[in-house]
Amino acid sequence: MSEKLLQINNINVSAALRSAVSNTIDSKTKAENERETGVKILYNLSFEMGEGETHVLLGPNGAGKSTLGYALIGSPEYVVTDGEIFFDGNDITQETADKRAKMGMFMSFQSPVEVPGITLNDFIKEAIRSRTGKSIPIFKYKRELASTMKALSMDEKYADRDVNVGFSGGEKKKSEILQLLMLNPRLAILDETDSGLDVDAVRTVSAGIAEYQKRQNGALLIITHSTKILSSLEVDYTHIMINGHIVAEGGPELVEEINQNGFKRFEKQKH
Amino acid sequence: MSIKFNIGDIDRSIYDFKYEDKDFYRIKAGITPEIVEQLSEDKNDPEWMREFRLKSLDLYYKIPLPNWGPSIEGLDMDHIATYVRPNTSMQDDWDSVPQDIKDTFERLGIPQAERAALAGVGAQYDSELVYHNVKEEVLKQGVIYTDFESSLKGEYADMVKEYFMKLIPPTDHKFAALHGAVWSGGSFVYVPDNVKVSIPLQSYFRLNAKGAGQFEHTLIILGENSDLHFIEGCSAPKYNVANLHAGAVELYVGKNSHLRYSTIENWSKNMYNLNTKRAILEEGASIEWVSGSFGSHVGNLYPTTILRGDNSKAEFTGITFAGQGQNLDTGTRMIHIGKSTSSIIDSKSICKSGGISTYRSSIEIRESAAGSKVSVNCASLMLDSDSRSDTIPAMDIRTPYCDVGHEATIGRISDKTIFYLMSRGIKESDARAMIVSGFASPVSKELPLEYATEMNNLIRLEMDEG
Repeated sequence: MSEKLLQINNINVSAALRSAVSNTIDSKTKAENERETGVKILYNLSFEMGEGETHVLLGPNGAGKSTLGYALIGSPEYVVTDGEIFFDGNDITQETADKRAKMGMFMSFQSPVEVPGITLNDFIKEAIRSRTGKSIPIFKYKRELASTMKALSMDEKYADRDVNVGFSGGEKKKSEILQLLMLNPRLAILDETDSGLDVDAVRTVSAGIAEYQKRQNGALLIITHSTKILSSLEVDYTHIMINGHIVAEGGPELVEEINQNGFKRFEKQKH
Repeated sequence: MSIKFNIGDIDRSIYDFKYEDKDFYRIKAGITPEIVEQLSEDKNDPEWMREFRLKSLDLYYKIPLPNWGPSIEGLDMDHIATYVRPNTSMQDDWDSVPQDIKDTFERLGIPQAERAALAGVGAQYDSELVYHNVKEEVLKQGVIYTDFESSLKGEYADMVKEYFMKLIPPTDHKFAALHGAVWSGGSFVYVPDNVKVSIPLQSYFRLNAKGAGQFEHTLIILGENSDLHFIEGCSAPKYNVANLHAGAVELYVGKNSHLRYSTIENWSKNMYNLNTKRAILEEGASIEWVSGSFGSHVGNLYPTTILRGDNSKAEFTGITFAGQGQNLDTGTRMIHIGKSTSSIIDSKSICKSGGISTYRSSIEIRESAAGSKVSVNCASLMLDSDSRSDTIPAMDIRTPYCDVGHEATIGRISDKTIFYLMSRGIKESDARAMIVSGFASPVSKELPLEYATEMNNLIRLEMDEG
């Protein structure tokens, strides 16, 4: 087994049929879900990420970028029909989302759901407790939460508000990055974190992401269709996705090229 | 406030343990004049009460069963013992309470709660109170808090006679009549004018005996400009025969006074909970009902408020959780009589594993109640497709000069929300419990902390039983 943090081996991903998504009280493992699948979205995808690396997944709207994020983090809405995903040397292809998170994976969602009745503070505390299996030293936690919120220019009052309920688009994104910083994952997938943010907010959020990289050598998979957020981050690898295929890979120079010419050159290729 | 859903597994035995009642005095099962006479004699009733019981019994025979609501066919009154007396007299010193009863309440956290945060505690075991104690400083304020039997003989005997079953007359319905005939235990509270009781009083009702009924009577009278928070809790171990709870709660709230009445009900699932609660508000008075219903096989519970005085206000915040084998029919009734009265209803219900929850309410705005306002919000959460949730709101509005709003939603836990929590490392069953606790939080926030914790434990327990 390689030393890579994340290894994607030739996966195909389809949408799960709505009726097959678990909707009973009984917890099901994905393996138990011998379900039919819907539309095929991703084709024969492979790439690897090392510890602390920053990868960018670029592509036009509808290319399947977010689907890859969801498949990696273990959403029941998508099914990996072929291939394997390894995280830290373990095959996680059939693992549930909570187990993946506990192993150190994290995803910042493009439009996170509202969770009425659970405050952001309680949510983060419960997530930390679930991940570590230990109760949290409360004063240390409070200090860390307050300073992280300050760094993200978030009003401390948001900690006592229900998760995402009545948050603006920008506040939701900040709340996702706050969770990223509090949960300390080893791999963070950022799905369109820069979309819908004003210039100042992009700067604040980028600073938060840079902090995550620096503090613990965290790896990043940045999913984006624009390149706004990338200006303040050092990119190691770029993957271009069109219509569910990875059509080109390279270094940071690819970002520059997309910036100038868009995706035209890649869209013309056959796949 | 501390994190509420962050709790370990709990043990059903917290509620389910039971002790043999072989030493207890148990009246013959069934409802007959002889049994009622016997009960009255055993309890050493004043003469008027003996007559009251017999008259009520007559009414009980005459009044038919309600022709609506959940079926109570499984309740065979010939097999219900209406009176079971523990082998002790009432104590005001915890150490003198018999060991098994003491253990019961200690496992339920009763004396601990008293030391921590209560002004007074009453604990009823089967048909009689076994412990009653009030803090010195509350007594000094002139507050009366006694078991109901003592109140019939004490300084306030005339007052008790004047108010007893006037709000809930035995003519009201079959089980009110039954209550009038066989009531036993409960509490009497009187708060004089201008007295504010800063910490709550609490009564806890435990029905340990198999095939028995509990019929406690709670009478609370607030003078003018006074304030009280009263809490009641109830639980029972599970048996495979029916038990019956038909208590009565009568609340008189004087001019400009404020009463908060909190209940967390966790009867076992062989219980028929046919309880009646009613409050009457004078001018400028207000009441807040906070009600959590988790237990019982069948529950009919509609705390009623009569807003008689001008500018009086009522709030009802309730949650009902109906699991397997449960049919819980709960809600509230508001009767607006005074001018510019207002009521706010916030009801939540959760059902799962075939449980049936029904929200049933009646709002009456009389012609005299011009300028009144009513806001109703009821939300139901169905956790699977085997369960059932109904909303039956009735409104009878006799004046055009009022403002009435009604909002109802029924939904289920979204898979997207579960996934969101799981993506942070929270396992699926915990995620579900958190979401359900979140749904219930508008109610748990209103409960005292120990009760909020108990409520969340109950939710977790119900979710784990899935």
